[in-house]
Amino acid sequence: MRIVIAEDSVLLRDGLTRMLTDGGFEIVAAVPDAEQLLKAVAVHQPDLAVIDVRMPPTHTDEGIRAALVIRRQYPDVALLVLSQYVEESYATDLLSAATSSVGYLLKDRIAHVADFLEAVRRVAAGGTALDPEVVAQLLVRRRDDPMSRLTPRELQVLRLMAEGRSNNGIVEMLKVSPSAVEKYVTNIFAKLDLPPTGTDHRRVLAVLKYLGT
Amino acid sequence: MTSADRTSRRVSGAVSALWSAPTRRATGNALAAMLVAAVGGILLGGLALIWGAALVSLIHWPVGGWAHAVLYIAVVLAGPVLALWAVQGLTALQRSRLRATLGLEIPALPGGAERGPWPVGPWLTAATWRQLGFHLLAILTGVIGGGLVAVCWLAPVVAIAYLAVGRPHAAAGAIAVAAAAVLLLAAPWLARQVTRADAASARTLLGPGRSEALAQRVESLARSRADIVAAADAERRRIERDLHDGAQQRLVSLAMNLGMARERFADAPEPVRRAIADAHDEAVLALSELREFIRGLHPAVLNDRGLDAALSGLVARAPLPVKLRVDVERPASPSVEAVAYFIVSEALTNVAKHAQATRAEVTVTRDGDMLRVAVTDDGSGGAAPTDGDDAGAGTGLRGLAQRAAAVDGTLTIDSPPGGPTVIAAELPCES
Repeated sequence: MRIVIAEDSVLLRDGLTRMLTDGGFEIVAAVPDAEQLLKAVAVHQPDLAVIDVRMPPTHTDEGIRAALVIRRQYPDVALLVLSQYVEESYATDLLSAATSSVGYLLKDRIAHVADFLEAVRRVAAGGTALDPEVVAQLLVRRRDDPMSRLTPRELQVLRLMAEGRSNNGIVEMLKVSPSAVEKYVTNIFAKLDLPPTGTDHRRVLAVLKYLGT
Repeated sequence: MTSADRTSRRVSGAVSALWSAPTRRATGNALAAMLVAAVGGILLGGLALIWGAALVSLIHWPVGGWAHAVLYIAVVLAGPVLALWAVQGLTALQRSRLRATLGLEIPALPGGAERGPWPVGPWLTAATWRQLGFHLLAILTGVIGGGLVAVCWLAPVVAIAYLAVGRPHAAAGAIAVAAAAVLLLAAPWLARQVTRADAASARTLLGPGRSEALAQRVESLARSRADIVAAADAERRRIERDLHDGAQQRLVSLAMNLGMARERFADAPEPVRRAIADAHDEAVLALSELREFIRGLHPAVLNDRGLDAALSGLVARAPLPVKLRVDVERPASPSVEAVAYFIVSEALTNVAKHAQATRAEVTVTRDGDMLRVAVTDDGSGGAAPTDGDDAGAGTGLRGLAQRAAAVDGTLTIDSPPGGPTVIAAELPCES
């Protein structure tokens, strides 16, 4: 799998390159800013771009803006955005443009190598990887709305779903039976007025769409 | 020392004072003051005369028909305007005269002291009337004082002329000479007195009055305080940026390397694995603590996305449900927004720690030039700002009040026992 990395810190750029290479990915370019990121994506047409939010020249939200441009111009490139902070406003921007093949994680998560590599694979495969903090913030934003109808347990399940976990993953996390999770999920969709659809993946996307708008 | 000695010393002092530098300066000033005052007198007197005549003619209805009436009305109306110009012109003249002859710099009036809708506005300010007072007083003191100084200096010439032309009796001549000598010797003293009075009245009447000086002081204090607040803000931002670019990246890298080591050496002996795992956990913990610390220093999102985005992140991280309503059409200055952000942040921390609340509400609205922030909770109430070093709710609330005061804002806390608690701040934003 071919990956482009955009990260202004040399230390982290090299570290990420090493870790992802060790993890079996091919790094086709590692660049320090958004402008070079867009060029690299155009040249290499990678499967995934790992993007730092805060990069030169303004050190604000270059990464998010670059991610939105990539999504518009190269919809096949999966996006994994990394940031020292998770901000609801960035997440909303990102998710309103993309609800699949997209991830938004705190940089802290890089430290948990196995989890991080798993997130990279999930995003590249068309899934999502949202930081628990992002999900929490997005859910809070909606707490006045139909979200308030959910029970704490259903909310917990929804959070895990929004992070990109499958039903099996949720069963493992919560130590409950698969049928219980199935019931929670059905309840959630009923309460959020979302018609149940086929796969886990599509249900997650529906939830994300709901959260992101 | 005999009285004769004292007298002779006094006389010799007076004689040596005759051509000393202070005397020359005082005399020059008195004469210049006389000249300028005379010009002012003629100008103001002339204006008053013409204006008064026009007014009287108008009241007694002009005999010359409409043309005269229009002329009189025009003069009556133009009078105050011309007088204002005269007063301001004379003030400028007197200022430069004082600077030239005495090196005396009269502090400028603070902006706004003479302002108001022209030409009526300036006449409603104390500063204009004080200036007019100075020019009228100058006619009296300047012309008379300067005249007396001139007479004193010219007394010997007059006496000599009298002796030469008048050929008086010896007694009369002696009296004339004595009088001339006394006047001459008194000239330096008189010149200094006249100059002292001139300078004193100029300082009082041409310079800023007490309230204007205070206003000036308040203005400069407000400006310097705003500068300090902005500088402190900029400093926080700089530190945040430095930490973000430096320590934080390094720590992420360290935690990542330890994470990779942890994976790679999964087969290593237990003590090695233990050591790596502990180091990894510590690094991850340090990272999250540093992140919280930096966020507390200055939230980067506040600069990037503004108050609404920063607050929604804050509200989202609160451990209890918080309803957020932000209705701010025009953003306030960065300093004010930072104050609003930290007030909400601290208030929510207090709510979570002390209020035993189940929910809270944050509203931020802009009302003209006022940014209103309110944090309400349904907790147990009884919150009050306290002094002291204990880290209770009170010191945090006092800190909030200080933050608000730093941008001229106010903070009110309404927290009856049993709740609900409302912490409200009003922050003026320069438009």
